[in-house]
Amino acid sequence: MSVIDSVRAVEFAPRLKRPSVRRVLRRPGLVLAWIVVAFVGVAAAFPGLLTSHDPLGKTGARLAPPSGEHLFGTDNLGRDLFARVVYGTAESVQAVLIAVVVGLVVGSLIGLVAGFVGRWVDDVLMRIIDVLLAVPTLLISLAFIAALGFGTVNIAIAVGIGNIASFARVMRSEVLRIKGTAFVEATTFAGIGRLRVLSRHVLPNAAGPVLVLATLELGLALLSVSALSFLGFGTPPPAPEWGSLVAAGRDYLLAAWWMATLPGLVIAATVLAANRIARSANRDHAVNF
Amino acid sequence: MLRYATRRLLHALLVLWATFTATFFLLYVLPGDAALSKAGVGSDGAALNAADLDRVRAELGLDQPALIQYLKALGNALRGDFGTSIQTGSPATRMYAEAVPETLKLAGSALLVGLAVGIAWALLATYTRRNLLRQALLALPAAGVSLPTFWIGLILLQFFSFRWQLLPAIGNEGVQSLILPALVLAIPTASMSAQILSRSLELTMRAPYIETARARGASRGRVLLGHATRNSIIPVVTALGMTAGHLIGGSVVMESVFSRAGVGAITVRAVNFQDTPVVLVAVVFAALVFVTVNLLVDLLYPLIDPRIRLRRAPLERPVGARRPAAQRPVAAPEATA
Amino acid sequence: MVLTIDDLRVDYRAGRDAVRAVDGVSLSIAPGEILALVGESGSGKSTIAHAVMGSLPRTASVTGAITFAGHDLTTLSERQFAKLRGPGLGFIPQDPMVSLNPLHRVGRQVAEPIRLHTPASRAQAEERAVELLERVGLPHPRERLRQFPHELSGGMRQRVLIAGALAAEPTLLVADEPTTALDVTVQKKILDDLANLARDRGIAVLIITHDLAVAGDRADHLAVLSQGRVVEYGTPAEVLGRPAHTYTRTLLAAAPGLTVRPRPQAEPAAGDLVRVEGVTRRFRLPDRVADDGWFTAVDGVTLSIRRGETLGLVGESGSGKSTLARLVLGLDSPSVGRVAFDGENVATMGRTRKRALHARAQLVYQNPYASLNPRLTVRQIVREPLDGFGIGARDGRPARVRELLDQVGLSASVDGRRPAELSGGQRQRVAIARAIAAGPDLLVCDEPVSALDVSIQAQILDLLTGLRRDLGLTLLFISHDLAVVRSIADRVGVMAAGRLVELDDVETVFTRPRHDYTRLLLDAIPGQRFGDLVNQAGTR
Repeated sequence: MSVIDSVRAVEFAPRLKRPSVRRVLRRPGLVLAWIVVAFVGVAAAFPGLLTSHDPLGKTGARLAPPSGEHLFGTDNLGRDLFARVVYGTAESVQAVLIAVVVGLVVGSLIGLVAGFVGRWVDDVLMRIIDVLLAVPTLLISLAFIAALGFGTVNIAIAVGIGNIASFARVMRSEVLRIKGTAFVEATTFAGIGRLRVLSRHVLPNAAGPVLVLATLELGLALLSVSALSFLGFGTPPPAPEWGSLVAAGRDYLLAAWWMATLPGLVIAATVLAANRIARSANRDHAVNF
Repeated sequence: MLRYATRRLLHALLVLWATFTATFFLLYVLPGDAALSKAGVGSDGAALNAADLDRVRAELGLDQPALIQYLKALGNALRGDFGTSIQTGSPATRMYAEAVPETLKLAGSALLVGLAVGIAWALLATYTRRNLLRQALLALPAAGVSLPTFWIGLILLQFFSFRWQLLPAIGNEGVQSLILPALVLAIPTASMSAQILSRSLELTMRAPYIETARARGASRGRVLLGHATRNSIIPVVTALGMTAGHLIGGSVVMESVFSRAGVGAITVRAVNFQDTPVVLVAVVFAALVFVTVNLLVDLLYPLIDPRIRLRRAPLERPVGARRPAAQRPVAAPEATA
Repeated sequence: MVLTIDDLRVDYRAGRDAVRAVDGVSLSIAPGEILALVGESGSGKSTIAHAVMGSLPRTASVTGAITFAGHDLTTLSERQFAKLRGPGLGFIPQDPMVSLNPLHRVGRQVAEPIRLHTPASRAQAEERAVELLERVGLPHPRERLRQFPHELSGGMRQRVLIAGALAAEPTLLVADEPTTALDVTVQKKILDDLANLARDRGIAVLIITHDLAVAGDRADHLAVLSQGRVVEYGTPAEVLGRPAHTYTRTLLAAAPGLTVRPRPQAEPAAGDLVRVEGVTRRFRLPDRVADDGWFTAVDGVTLSIRRGETLGLVGESGSGKSTLARLVLGLDSPSVGRVAFDGENVATMGRTRKRALHARAQLVYQNPYASLNPRLTVRQIVREPLDGFGIGARDGRPARVRELLDQVGLSASVDGRRPAELSGGQRQRVAIARAIAAGPDLLVCDEPVSALDVSIQAQILDLLTGLRRDLGLTLLFISHDLAVVRSIADRVGVMAAGRLVELDDVETVFTRPRHDYTRLLLDAIPGQRFGDLVNQAGTR
């Protein structure tokens, strides 16, 4: 029997708000963003569901303006532009995912090791990151493309390498922050090993901001990938990739405004949607970069 | 102060050296001969024949071991010689340097416009008490960073140059040719600085000393301009190095869209032709801009915040401290009352 | 009356819900009067202060009236209010360390209200600022004008803030917990000066405080707040001597400065568990490159902790008491001297011995929220040391965890919760359960109750006393609060600037202190004006 049984805390424990369907619906922008992302997902996985046209087949009507038949009009060779955008989605999405995964995996690993091990390992790794930070992402990508050659996959890898620095920095600063908390110091008094401290205390608490950054990088990676393929470093035609579709419309700005404008609009909408979702994830996790 | 400056300068040189080294091995050693053979498939260049290839290989000294090549190249680079351009045969450095002023005009005006608009935007969004206006003002910068600049450029080109014929579509002639590309290039800068500053202002406006100022009778505008802005500007200044990098990257795209001459156009052509000496110059130049801007930014800090003393490199951890040193300044140790 | 509050109600909107923070409060203050609003966190006291200053967040909705200088403050526009702040209403904020603009010089900040509200020139305003700084007792006021806030100590900054509040000659001063962030000795001086200034110039003062003792020492009237209502109002003698409301009585009984709580008798000591022999710990100052950039946190301390006793360690911030605790626990090594735990030198222990030490010597942190992993449940947190040190059979551990939680007075309903879903007191109980899980001999408590409300403080202190008796623990109890230490410790060590200036039985230290610094600390304990009154009432 302990004396304390009679004394119970009388304070109020805080109630936590959990995300509910109603709270999500109160943000219409977010709902719209999810719809856009869902469309992009379907277009990437099952392009046939969204259009009956062949992205490479010529319809006969060259440079036809948008209509019920051709939602985005047709291009200079008479191909249906909407079908080309839909069938090009897979390549763009794949490139974005490769780019983010490369950045996330390599960057997080570097940041984790640098932050957790510390000392000279930290110094060496961070000097490497300094170099990646000193050169703008687009130039890092260009240098890698110069070395690896053209193509969407190479673009994606190059963009991913350009993103390593930001993932490494966020992961490292999170690990350092958590390493300095009282609850990690308190593990000294629980007799557990370093690896267990890392897996049970440091990583789960550091992962949140890094994953939020990953969602943010999805949109940015799409911008970089499409800019590079716009510049002509992507897979050569006739493969329809979003950035190269915009580039193809450059020569017809006056004659066929839709050729550059509408694929570009799709890129912009997708990036906007991805960033909107990233921002809400950021707010829900209350993370500051 | 002197010690601090020396440290920062050494760190900057280290970054430049490491950038050169990493890029050199990436461009010369990693791809080897295979990359050279690809030199012929540039988008608008004619294929190189075998004789050309041999000449190029000999010129680049590719028959020697990698380390020897590197040491030679490093020695030459220190004298400003990055090799000769494969496309034109003239020195890569000179070719690049000649294009710098055009890009500087573009990026510089974009920087000024972007910062001015971004800062004004954040101040307005923080000042207004109307929730709807505030939401709208805060939402736009988020959209601004999401828009592909090449697309915006093409749309503006379509209207201002082709339909309305107000501004030239291509070229470097006069101020008029600068307007459209500089404006488009300013969008990401403006959006980013608006986002950074408004977030920073939001935190500052919650600081107790703001409540103190308001409790003394200072108006909202006076509190914002007289107390909050200078306390919030440091993150924007810190981001200047990165902003400069974004502008160099962005000018690559803008110079392509508006067919302007400049380092961006040279870089794109160099990548197309696998013109490695020029690509190397481009990368090292970008790093040079970044470290220079950051050195200047370091000198700016103490002017903004008297608590920052230039004694410690921001990346270094203090001895005996358990937590890593924040990049933001810490107050001096307390004197006893 | 300077200020009349009539049936004030304040609601905070939170989504669709509204939380009532202030529920029908009516009060008034006469010129030159000091009125103290006393209550625990969430009682609505700060909301009243903000309502008076017109600085409520926009989610707040107000009904009732606040009459000041012929205006109803609840109906004023922002512009009208701004004219009233300074010349009418003066404000002294809670934490002086963060309440001055770090980028503006002291002179400019004191002169700002003068420049805002009078046609005085910059030079005239600065002259006034010098006078004001002198009046609030800041030495060398003219030199201070050129200094930045970070060059001043906390007490000096609070004086600067008071000078700024007085600069535009207000008729009412609102002080929101004005000394909570300061050391006791500084706290006393500031409060004395504030009270004198108000009396001399006939300024009415509204002090918001959680500390009944502070309020009782200086206020003309006290209003005790609980859940948004005034439950008790009267002069200090009335409220402290004859409390009518149960809540006031609870508060009084829990207030360590006012009530001398019965202290459990120590069991006979059987040797020393910890010996600290001539220990000094120096740190390199990060910002100094010069060789003299050393800071001596602990300076030649010798003491021992006897088995089964509670040793209290008191001192103001920066006195080295926490550093000493870290040295005892082997989290840090002394620069000079030796720390021995059960006869073994802590500094030379290898990895295995250190681990064994930490099974026997545990730490309870000041801030329970920071010391608990937010992602783990209560159950997981308390179980961790059992797994880590391999205590008991694996399948018996869940039952052992429940037993531990029961021991610290936590019901089964909290087992699956995470720290964010617990109250401050519950969190500290979880931290204590974790600390006793490994069956330690020594429990080091570093300011374990400083972050808690008074009534919860008392519960946690009772819990620690009970555990110590039931489990035969040795306690090293660190606090800045002498009254708290008095209620729990057998012996007390007083630290100042890294040195142990006094170490003796608790009664000896409190009744016959030998060192001047100890006397200074004791004099500064709030609640001396009416302490006897309360104790008499308590024993009746």
